[in-house]
Formats: sequence, C-alpha cells, structure tokens
Amino acid sequence: MTGFLLLATVFLIAGVLAVPLASRLGLGSVLGYLIAGIVISPILHWLHVDIIEIQHFAEFGVVMMLFLVGLELDPKMLWAMRRRLLGLGGLQVAVTTGLIAVICMGFGLSWSVALALGMVFALSSTAIVLQTLNEKGLMQAQGGQDSFQVLLFQDIAVIPMLALLPLLAMPELADVAGQVSADQHGDGHGDGHGDGHAAMSLVEGRPGWQVAMITLAAVAAIGVIGNFLARPLFRFVAMANLREVFVATALALVVGIALLMSLVGLSPALGTFLAGVVLANSEYRHELESDIDPFRGLLLGLFFMTVGAAIDFGLLWGNFALVIGAALGVMALKAGVLYALARMFKLTGSDRWLFTLGLAQAGEFGFVLLSFTVASHVIPPEVAQIALLVVALSMLLTPGLFILYDRGIAPRFLQAQDAAAEDIDHRSKIIVAGYGRFGGIVARMLRQIGEQPVVVDYSSHQLEMLRRFDTKVFFGDATRADLLHAAGIEDAKMLVIAIDGKDQITHLVEHVARHHPHVHIVARAVDRGHVYDLYSAGAKDIIRETFDSAVRAGRAAYEALGIHPFQAEQLARRFTKADRDLLVKTAAVHKPGVLLADNAEFVELAKELNARMEEELLNAKDGFGVDGHQGWVPPPANVGSDPEEGR
Amino acid sequence: MRVLVYQAHPGAVHSMANKAMNAATQSVEGITFVDLYAEYPRVDIDVAREQDRLLAHDAILFQYPLFWYSTPSLIKEWQDLVLQHGFAYGREGQALAGKYWSMGITCGAPQEAYGADGYNGFDLRTLLTPMEQTARLCHMRFLSPYVLYGALEKRENGGLGPHAEGWRRWLIGLRDDRVLLEKANALDVVQEHDLNEVIQ
Repeated sequence: MTGFLLLATVFLIAGVLAVPLASRLGLGSVLGYLIAGIVISPILHWLHVDIIEIQHFAEFGVVMMLFLVGLELDPKMLWAMRRRLLGLGGLQVAVTTGLIAVICMGFGLSWSVALALGMVFALSSTAIVLQTLNEKGLMQAQGGQDSFQVLLFQDIAVIPMLALLPLLAMPELADVAGQVSADQHGDGHGDGHGDGHAAMSLVEGRPGWQVAMITLAAVAAIGVIGNFLARPLFRFVAMANLREVFVATALALVVGIALLMSLVGLSPALGTFLAGVVLANSEYRHELESDIDPFRGLLLGLFFMTVGAAIDFGLLWGNFALVIGAALGVMALKAGVLYALARMFKLTGSDRWLFTLGLAQAGEFGFVLLSFTVASHVIPPEVAQIALLVVALSMLLTPGLFILYDRGIAPRFLQAQDAAAEDIDHRSKIIVAGYGRFGGIVARMLRQIGEQPVVVDYSSHQLEMLRRFDTKVFFGDATRADLLHAAGIEDAKMLVIAIDGKDQITHLVEHVARHHPHVHIVARAVDRGHVYDLYSAGAKDIIRETFDSAVRAGRAAYEALGIHPFQAEQLARRFTKADRDLLVKTAAVHKPGVLLADNAEFVELAKELNARMEEELLNAKDGFGVDGHQGWVPPPANVGSDPEEGR
Repeated sequence: MRVLVYQAHPGAVHSMANKAMNAATQSVEGITFVDLYAEYPRVDIDVAREQDRLLAHDAILFQYPLFWYSTPSLIKEWQDLVLQHGFAYGREGQALAGKYWSMGITCGAPQEAYGADGYNGFDLRTLLTPMEQTARLCHMRFLSPYVLYGALEKRENGGLGPHAEGWRRWLIGLRDDRVLLEKANALDVVQEHDLNEVIQ
C-alpha cells in the first residue's frame, strides 16, 4: 500500500510541478510530462519500479482518448472523410514503411528486420499529436483534420501489422530469444494489443473462419451496445441523479469494450473509438465526454512521464551518434513523406506545415510493436533497445516541432488562415442551458434562423419526452465547468441560461463571466432581486422569466375592460418602462444576499416609487402628459383657426 | 357596392370627430368596418388577410385624420405591405382593377387654411395626390374624398354631429349605388352640404 502511495505521490508531484512550468514557458503539456518523467527516472530506478508495466497501464489513456475522439465524430462524418482517411493514411503508412525498410537494408539489416522497423517507425504518436492539437485549438484546421485521419488510419493499421509481424520471425532468433526472454521478458510484457497472446483470449487456437466470425460478432456487439443498450442504461443511471454512478457507468462502458476487443485480439483503442462514434449522436455525449476526460488526462500524463522515464541513458550515451542520427533521420524522412503527401492532397499554407511537422515522430504504438516483435522473434533485442530509444527521442523532440510551427510558421500564414477559418465556421456557436418551457422556446427561435444551438438539460424525464418529438438535447448539468467545456464554451459566442434554480443560475453566470468573458450571457432571472444578483455577477442580458407574459396578461385585461387595443398596448409599454425605471432606481439600495422584503430601505423606496408611478399613470388617463409618454395628443382647439399657428 | 372602411387613428379615444364617424360607420348595416389600430396594435399587419378583404369588396375607403398632409403612419405601413407588386400593381397586378378608392378625412384646420393663400399653402386635393396616384397605379377608380374641415373648432361648437350623419348617408349611398359618382368626382372634395347634390 505505502509503495503504491509513494509511487503515486512521485508521479503526481512531478506532473504538478513540471506541466504548469512547461505551459508557462510555452512548451506545451506533453513536453512538461516528458521532462518530469526524465527527472524522476533515477527515483524510479532506485525504487525498482517496472516503468514498462506502468506504461502499459497508462496506455489505457490512449484508449480513452480515442473514445473521446469517436464521440466527436458521428458515422456520417466518418464516412465523408473516407477518401482522405484511406488515401492520406494509407499512403503515409505504406510509403514510410517501404522507405525506412529500404534504408535499413542499406545499413545491412536483413529484410525482415528492416520491414518490421519500417512499420514501427511509420506510426506516429496519437497521444502527443491529438493532445497538442486540442491544446492549441488546431483540431479544426484542415492540417489538424488531416493529421487526425492519418493517425486514425495508423491506429487501424496496427491490427494487420500485429497479425503480419509473426510471419517475419527469424528461426535463428527464436533459439537465442528463448533464453533472453526467459530472464528479461519473463513477465511477457502484457501490452494492450498483444494481450490476446499472453493472457485470456476467445480466438486463440481456433480456425481462421471462426476467428473472423468472433471478430465480426464483437464489432457488431459494439454497435448494439452503443445503439440499443447504452441509452436505456444511461437513462436508468441518470434517474439516480448521482454523479459518481454515471462516471462509473461511463468507465465501465469504455473498460468493458476495451476488454472485449482484447479478448478477440482487436485493438482496444479501435474498439472504443467505434463505440465513441456510435454514441456521437447520443444525448449523453457531452456528459460522457466530461466524465471520461479527467481519466484520459491523468492516464496520458502518466504515459508521457513513463516515456520520459523509460529512456535508458546508459544505452543512449553508449550509442549517442547512432540514436540521435537515427531519430533525426526517421523524423526527416517522415516529414519528407508527409510534405509530399500534403502537396499531393492540396494542403496549403500553414496547414501543410502543421501536417508535416506534427506527425514526423514515431509513436506509442511503436513501443507496442517493438515489444511484440521481440516476443515473436522478429527483431533481436539489441536492435529493439536502440529502436525504442529512437522512438522515445523522436517523441521527446515533437513538442519542439510544434513550437517551431507556432512561432516560426503559423504567424507567416496568419492572414490567409483567417479568411479560411471564417469559411469553415460561419455559424456562431450558441449553448442553451436548460430545455424546459423557457429554454425550449429560445432554442426553437434560434433554430428558426438556422442556428444549431448545443442544448443541455439535466432532467432525464424531460429528455425522454423530447425524444418523442425528435428534439436533440444533450444530457448534463450545465452548472458544471467540465460539462460546459465539453459542450464547447471555449469557442462559444453566447450562452443562454434557462435552467431552474436561482442560485444555480447566479453561480453559472459568475463562473462564465469570470472564466469566459468573451461569451455573451443571456440569463433568466427568477425575480426582481435576482436581476440585481445577475447584474453584479456579470450578466448583460437579464430577462425576468414571468415579466413579459404578466404584462401581456395585464394588457389582455385592459382590452377586456374595453380599452382600445392600441391604447392598451401603449399603456402596457408605459407600465413596462415605468417598472424598469423603478428597477434601476431601487438598485442602489439593494444589498446582495438580503431578501428584498427584509431590506427595510428597499421596501420604503419601492413603496414610495410605486405610489408615485401609479399616481402618474392614473392621472395620465387622458392627459397623456406624463414624462416618457409617446402617443398622439390632440392640439388645442385654436390651432385650426389661428393663422399665427401656421407661420 | 360592397363597401370596406378602414379607420385609423392612433389616439382614437381623444378624437371626437372620428369617434362620431366610427359610431356612424358601425351603424350602417352591410358594410365592413376595420379599426386598423385595434386590429394591429403591434403593427403586425396580416397581408394575406388584408388582400382577401380587398378582393371581397368593391369600394375601399380610408377614414382618418390628416396628419402632416398625409395619413396616420399605420395606413402607410398597410399600403407598403398590402399593395404588393403582382397583386395591386405591375404587369400581373390586376387584383384591384376597377374597384373604387376613396377617403373620409378630418382636417383640424379650416377650409381657408388650404390653397395658395392659406397657411397650408396648397389646396387639399393637391396634398392628396399621393393617394390619388396610388389608386391610379392600382388600376382603381379614385372617388373624391368626403371631408370635414375645421374639426378642432367644430369639436367645440357642435359641428361634428351633422358631419357624422353625412358620413352615414355617404356610406349608405355607396352601398346602395345611389351616389352619382361622376357628379361627386366633379367636386374636389365632397362635404356635408354637397350630399343632396351627389346622392340620388
């Protein structure tokens, strides 16, 4: 127990210190984690920690990240990008693998080792690149989109690679490796992808057609779970109204699918990605995102730290020139291939460079393939050790390339980029919190002008009802910062707060006004005192929820009394104006946190002003002379007959 | 003729003249009376409905006080929206062809104020040419307006009653096709004392 706590403390403190520092220096969180890992590696060595074991555990962060990526993509979008996915991704993997293999053979390695190394280095780091793109807000740029598609293709390509690698096995290695793995890799290196071979499996030892059937059934199961089981399950859980139970359900879903995929020998990352895609259209999307995201963040951070900590500096110094040369060579070659592809697929300006520099490193799946190749006697362990260093080093250098992109390249293309960005995102982003009687009307009015507001509501009952009307609403508590983040508050233009509950509304206004001052807030006020609270909390548009309808009721009463409708309208407007004046005049004596009725000063002033207002309105019945009134008034009788009036 | 009267006064409760005329209009059976400010207090004119109304009548009358040598603003808004191209005017706009267009106008100033020597500078018909030309562009027949001069004064000395009663006769005459249209159009404006001449 203390061992675990000690380890957790070491990792947490390292991350907590290094990441904010790196962010402040503009290096990005990934480099911060990597450096933290390097710094703590002596401590870990001294504690005899199996870093690789922790790394395999932390790789689950990648699985979660792909689930989140899937949530952002519905099947339609995925289908729409099939051409670039297969074209860009397929060419990148094939060409890079081929070139690296040829070069390796040029250095005298056998063709099978060369090919295996080609595959290892062809893959880029999903973890680093997606994390960095998201952090820098580049995910929506064309370069970011294309990077993502290549990464997605690579993640899928890992599966056939894992199937292909054992065919490259060298018989002479198998004998030597038999002893080596007995002392070095005795634990079998249970990596996320090779698990099926070391541990439980549903497909081991079965004939090919059965494996195919089981695999297909597993993929179909994800579709069924996502489409039919998840929704009733989430609804059931949501009724309990306990946050942690929902989080547990979300985790169970992701872990369960990862397990299922491992059992049939598929990539868990791919499985959870598919589950994410299936759930992308679900109303629970934003809630799932905000629940899984912290785990993803922690695990990925841990993963990056293990990459840093796993760098074997003894080996590095011993083969310094070789490792550095190989890392730079691999990156230059990958960048070259990427640049050519970017040209071929008509990426321009800063997008082309983002794509080229962003994906130039080798990635975490490289670690996976390497341990697997050693286990299946494809690559001699000495070579694999060096290759491991090359992969780690190239990952370590990647944040530097992003910094180069940020400082050196992007600014040059800034103007061109702006025009393009407007093209892509011509619609303003609006979040409507609460889809009851109030928010529902606002959202419908926004849709009428072609806006697609992101609507969030926390009542599963309400959601169930709206489903029947085919209305799209996301499940979630809008007063939570992480849910607002998942709903996209960072790049939202406007937030319409239509939830119930005075205090929740006030807190939400306070939070958003403080942390997202660029967001225009339209807030629902429960009563007069609440208007003041919301104003001091920073809301600009404050709408009293029942005031307008009450004024309309008053106007209807006027008309029912026989008052001419046009005059009734004018009287209602005048009342509205007088009441607003009253609101402004009494604001000075409002004490935050004190009920209006308990505030003697307020009561006194309100009574006085109210009496004056009523008197004015009453006397104005046919005088029409009160201040602020606008309406037709007959001129005096002598206007017509007195010629002087016409001069 | 099927008669439609559009009444418009933003201060209806204050206008004795129009109040009297409204009462007169509403007492005539078989004609349609529309209080525009009552129907559209929030200026949200229902164009389709108004066009249907126009189609269902032969004589369209606007009853209003002369404001700034023109109509109250709601009538202008009504014209802007209802008299659409393709409906009221233009190559295809023949829907109102042949119908009559006229007004019942109350003027605050006395008759002497109108004309080159009066302080209003122009005679009333000259000031009303926008209405006349509107009718012409809509292929309609313009009928001389029924006018009350010096309404402010008459409010004080009881002149409104006869005028309102005259308005009633005028409407009934139009309804029953007993107005001598050519004779009425020979006059610039029809006043209460002209009625015996122009109604059979």
